[in-house]
Amino acid sequence: MSDKTLTRMDLSEAVFREVGLSRNESSQLVESVLDHMSDALVAGETVKISSFGTFSVRDKAARVGRNPKTGEEVPIHPRRVLTFRPSHLMKDRVATGNSK
Amino acid sequence: MIRSELIQKIADENPHLYQRDVEKIVNTIFEEVIQAMSRGDRVELRGFGAFSVKKRNARTGRNPRTGESVAVEEKHVPFFKTGKLLRDRLNGK
Repeated sequence: MSDKTLTRMDLSEAVFREVGLSRNESSQLVESVLDHMSDALVAGETVKISSFGTFSVRDKAARVGRNPKTGEEVPIHPRRVLTFRPSHLMKDRVATGNSK
Repeated sequence: MIRSELIQKIADENPHLYQRDVEKIVNTIFEEVIQAMSRGDRVELRGFGAFSVKKRNARTGRNPRTGESVAVEEKHVPFFKTGKLLRDRLNGK
């Protein structure tokens, strides 16, 4: 594993390289893709990207949690969480790429 | 929302771009994330979330039907952690 961290900058660089738009426009487009996905999720929609994966929003009920250090009980309020389920293709490619 | 709807939204906002370029842009972004993870890299998109690879150790599994032991090899699986901003937005903050 090379253990590098990519950021928005690397994604916009890829768009710049592949599509040939300006660097500035490439980074704006990366941003709007993320914005549209976030907005759909916040609206409660599932975002399903074929051969990539599915992002879905789940409702979690309230429960009583415990501070593991002090043992103190704390209420955990009901909340919405995002889960990502990778596609088979992604799982296969990640497994293959990282096997020695 | 599915991939084609996402492409359509971006295309509508950018009438100066060809549809096929918008497709290429969206596909490039997702492809880049998969390629990074295939190399074992992380992709951190502040505010949205981070994609990373987790290692699952080799273990002895069991065929639930026959009860037979089977060796399961070490493997690597994709993992996504939601970013703070998006997590807060999901909860109306």
